[in-house]
Amino acid sequence: MIRFDNVSKSYPKQNRPALRDVSLEIEKGEFVFLVGSSGSGKSTFLRLILREERASHGMVHVLGKDLARLSNWKVPQMRRQLGTVFQDFRLLPNKTVAQNVAFAQEVIGKPRGEIRKAVPQVLDLVGLGGKEDRMPGELSGGEQQRVAIARAFVNRPMLLIADEPTGNLDPQTSVGIMKLLDRINRTGTTVVMATHDQNIVDQMRKRVIELEKGRLVRDQARGVYGYQH
Amino acid sequence: MRAQFVLSEIGVGLRRNLTMTFAVIVSVALSLALFGGALLMRQQVSAMKDFWYDKVNVTVYLCNKNDAGGGAAGAPATPACAKGAVTAAQKKEIKSDLDELTAIVDKVYFETSDEAYKHYKELYGDSAIASIITPDQMQESYRIKLKDPEKYQVISTAFAGRAGVHSVQDQREELETLFQMMRGMNVAALCVMALMLVIALLLIVNTVRVSAFSRRRETGIMRLVGASSFYIQMPFIMEAAVAGLLGGVVACGLLLLGRYFLIDGGLRLAETMPVVNFIGWDAVVAVLPLVLVIGLLMPSLAALIALRKYLKV
Repeated sequence: MIRFDNVSKSYPKQNRPALRDVSLEIEKGEFVFLVGSSGSGKSTFLRLILREERASHGMVHVLGKDLARLSNWKVPQMRRQLGTVFQDFRLLPNKTVAQNVAFAQEVIGKPRGEIRKAVPQVLDLVGLGGKEDRMPGELSGGEQQRVAIARAFVNRPMLLIADEPTGNLDPQTSVGIMKLLDRINRTGTTVVMATHDQNIVDQMRKRVIELEKGRLVRDQARGVYGYQH
Repeated sequence: MRAQFVLSEIGVGLRRNLTMTFAVIVSVALSLALFGGALLMRQQVSAMKDFWYDKVNVTVYLCNKNDAGGGAAGAPATPACAKGAVTAAQKKEIKSDLDELTAIVDKVYFETSDEAYKHYKELYGDSAIASIITPDQMQESYRIKLKDPEKYQVISTAFAGRAGVHSVQDQREELETLFQMMRGMNVAALCVMALMLVIALLLIVNTVRVSAFSRRRETGIMRLVGASSFYIQMPFIMEAAVAGLLGGVVACGLLLLGRYFLIDGGLRLAETMPVVNFIGWDAVVAVLPLVLVIGLLMPSLAALIALRKYLKV
């Protein structure tokens, strides 16, 4: 699903590379936590998977494709098989819940009939059935994040990338979001989640990858958040 | 990709930047109107010089009976023609002298007053003066094509003041001042057009930059869910194209209005300058499609270039 071979990434005007010689593999259907302090390279790691950035050295394979050799115009095709969720939800404030979810299907040209069927279905799945016509501003943070997850999942991606999805949420709401992500994972979707939330990582007991100053320092099958960070 | 979805996004985008859109429309309209105007001006010049300018360089006008003074038409006397109309002997002499100048003369046409009348009609069409001229008022003339048009002076010294010759005219000189003026206006129009074009393009680039920034949230989400770069860029390009097309339509209106105002109504040049055969509506209408196409394509291209810089896809 995801394979990094000796991957390094340096940004221009920065002395220290953001990632240094990272090699790892994530299999289909896995649930992986990505931990590490700020500036450890978590975001860069995710951006490389999404091909927002290209690796400076080494090879990144996602969904069986070598991203270095993937031409620019094929990137959108690749991203359609990926779902993404962020700390700040990234919803369109002037569109309703249903429109926000439908947006992900409209922009890739799904037929209208298919959209009408898929949107209520996925909103039911994330527990927002009946709130189709609300505006994002009327929803709580947790509900907004559910909308974002629905949008990420509506096209049934192979891989879900979550960048601190619970970063803006209180612990109880976070647990709900994690249950939802766990449910999505059980449908066969691979989930890679960057987080600072110690409780969640310790409770879920999933694979933990820890980055420190751009290096891979820990890769544990049923790990905990780790030492004192 | 569904048209309705795309169209509604374009409408939202244009309304969001209403002042900017308006500025783009106005500047595109002005630059295209000047462009069309310059094209039409060029047609006007070539229509006017078409008949004689390319064929003949020098004309030796011969005296006709009116030039002797006190003629039927009441034309003022010309001193060179004081002895009356040109005689057959004088004509023959002039012709044989011209034929001897083979070194500089290429061809000589003799134009009778009937022919002169006909050509005058062709050149000036139905203008007001042409309608009051009669064939016997036209002078007979030798129309001379020179091997080297610059050698006008030789013909002039040889024939001016000779008995039976009314005058010798360098056709180029006569027309050149007028054409020079029109070309000058043409160049001025093109310069202003270029300036307006630059302004229009900069406005479009800026509009795209602003709307790319104000829509970075949407475009960011589009990118994440895998919208193609074409799909992301299209609303911006369509916005520029729609604004440009509106500008083109306004430019067409300005051209039609300009033709009407200058020639028929308003300034009434058709009446005040009856010697000029002005270009018709058909010529104006023929320019409009070009104006519209440029109005459509040029802003689209500018938007595409601006997007490469300001919209990451």
